Amino acid sequence: MVEKFDAIVIGAGPSGNAATYTLAKQGLKVLQLERGEYPGAKNVQGGIMYSHELEKIIPDFREDCPTERHIIEQRVWLLGDDSYVGTNYRSEAFNTDKPNRYTIIRANIDKWWGEQIRKVGGLQICETTVTELIRDASGKVTGVRTDREGGEIHADVVIMADGVNALLAKRAGLQTEAAPENVALAVKEILFIDPELIQQRFGVKEDEGVVIEIMGKVTKGMVGTAFLYTNKESLTIGIGCLISDFKNGDCPPYKMLEDLKKHPVIKPLIEGAEMKEYAAHMIPEGGYKAVPQLYGDGWMVVGDAAHFNNAAHREGSNLAMASGRMAAETVLELKAAGKAFSAANLATYKKKLDDSFIMKDLKKYRELPGIMHGNKQFFGAYPDEITAAAHNWFTVDSVDKKSKEKQIMKSFVKRRSVMGLVGDAIKLVRAVR
Amino acid sequence: MSIMVKVEEKLYQNRYIVDESRPHIQIKSEEACKSCDKQACTFCCPAACYSKNEAGSVTLVTDGCLECGTCRVVCQDKGNIAWDYPRGGYGISYKFG
Repeated sequence: MVEKFDAIVIGAGPSGNAATYTLAKQGLKVLQLERGEYPGAKNVQGGIMYSHELEKIIPDFREDCPTERHIIEQRVWLLGDDSYVGTNYRSEAFNTDKPNRYTIIRANIDKWWGEQIRKVGGLQICETTVTELIRDASGKVTGVRTDREGGEIHADVVIMADGVNALLAKRAGLQTEAAPENVALAVKEILFIDPELIQQRFGVKEDEGVVIEIMGKVTKGMVGTAFLYTNKESLTIGIGCLISDFKNGDCPPYKMLEDLKKHPVIKPLIEGAEMKEYAAHMIPEGGYKAVPQLYGDGWMVVGDAAHFNNAAHREGSNLAMASGRMAAETVLELKAAGKAFSAANLATYKKKLDDSFIMKDLKKYRELPGIMHGNKQFFGAYPDEITAAAHNWFTVDSVDKKSKEKQIMKSFVKRRSVMGLVGDAIKLVRAVR
Repeated sequence: MSIMVKVEEKLYQNRYIVDESRPHIQIKSEEACKSCDKQACTFCCPAACYSKNEAGSVTLVTDGCLECGTCRVVCQDKGNIAWDYPRGGYGISYKFG
């Protein structure tokens, strides 16, 4: 007998979990398929979760959701060869009953989501890889084929939440392969350490956390960023660059990560920690222009598979959760109205996205990926010049301040020319306005 | 060579459920790799699954694969990599992710 569901969701990441939970909670017969050994086994995230979108789906998530530390301080560091110039923002106002941001360990969160899904009657099956979409004569998606024996399952609608690789949509001709300049590769380690040391080194209390976002020389002129986050009993450290840059360079990603860990300003923060896992993951960074077709007859695509990532603000999982919820709400509305899951009717999903922060933010930054890609000085010359300028400025050596200003300006102009500096400033302003 | 040792130490910390003799990624044509001047897979793969061999081609060992998909993106102009997921339940199994 062929089983039939109201909806099939492929993947147990943030977007798939949000979609499945939302559908199951309203009593729909929903099946979530996950290829990993358990939910989260194939997922990698730098480790910041924004609570606002999760709260919309599970308002009381804080009661038992295994978050790590809530963030009370955000640092942005520009790294030179042996220095950094940075900004910090710290506020006691972040110590509330309902914090806005947490560090998380992805696998813990996804296991927890799995429990929540089961509690509201959703069916989650792991260790099952979906191999292809099933389509009827008219091309409408009517189900999926899996690698299990007799693994053909039917549904009124299929929600693809299969992540950045988006193999299913690509295989079905619904998406093309991502260009190397539209995806970044990030590598990351989790380093276990005595929580007391985290508290001391980062100047926080138990449960309080710090985020350090890093740019600069460590990406060796490539377009990319690094990060260091504080968990309860561990630190996560990672670095990522555009794949087009890795391809044209000659530095393997793990070498870049090693160099980051050895950097004189990073090393003291992670010293004595024990590495317990090494992960790699692609991140969709092409922005607005890289968003593929998002729906069709009998299908929708959500989360990373839909290229929903705001690279400028390093937001991904909240876009994933929001898009999963919106896809599910579209299904619920059509179901309630007794309407078919045709492309014309599923266009409501796109409308919801367009009206939300997801497409608005992606649109705002639509020129940014292209500008970063074509202007490597933001990742090489500027970190160099800015850290050198700071060094000059803060070295007291009987040179008068006016001469110091001149030296600093001269150095910038020599590296980039006046026109170059002005041009870069204009480009940046245009890209973020 | 020292770089190779380091990545192996990293991968050693990971949990893998190996699907014996069923590699999920394959190089389609060894000859095509010989004509690839950059062989970017050999330095882009974060698990160092790809290495240059004596025949001037590329050898692939998928045991340490992190299933990121980078090789597929890097090789798309040549189209010489057949990339699939491992069977359900197999491959990398992140403890923390």
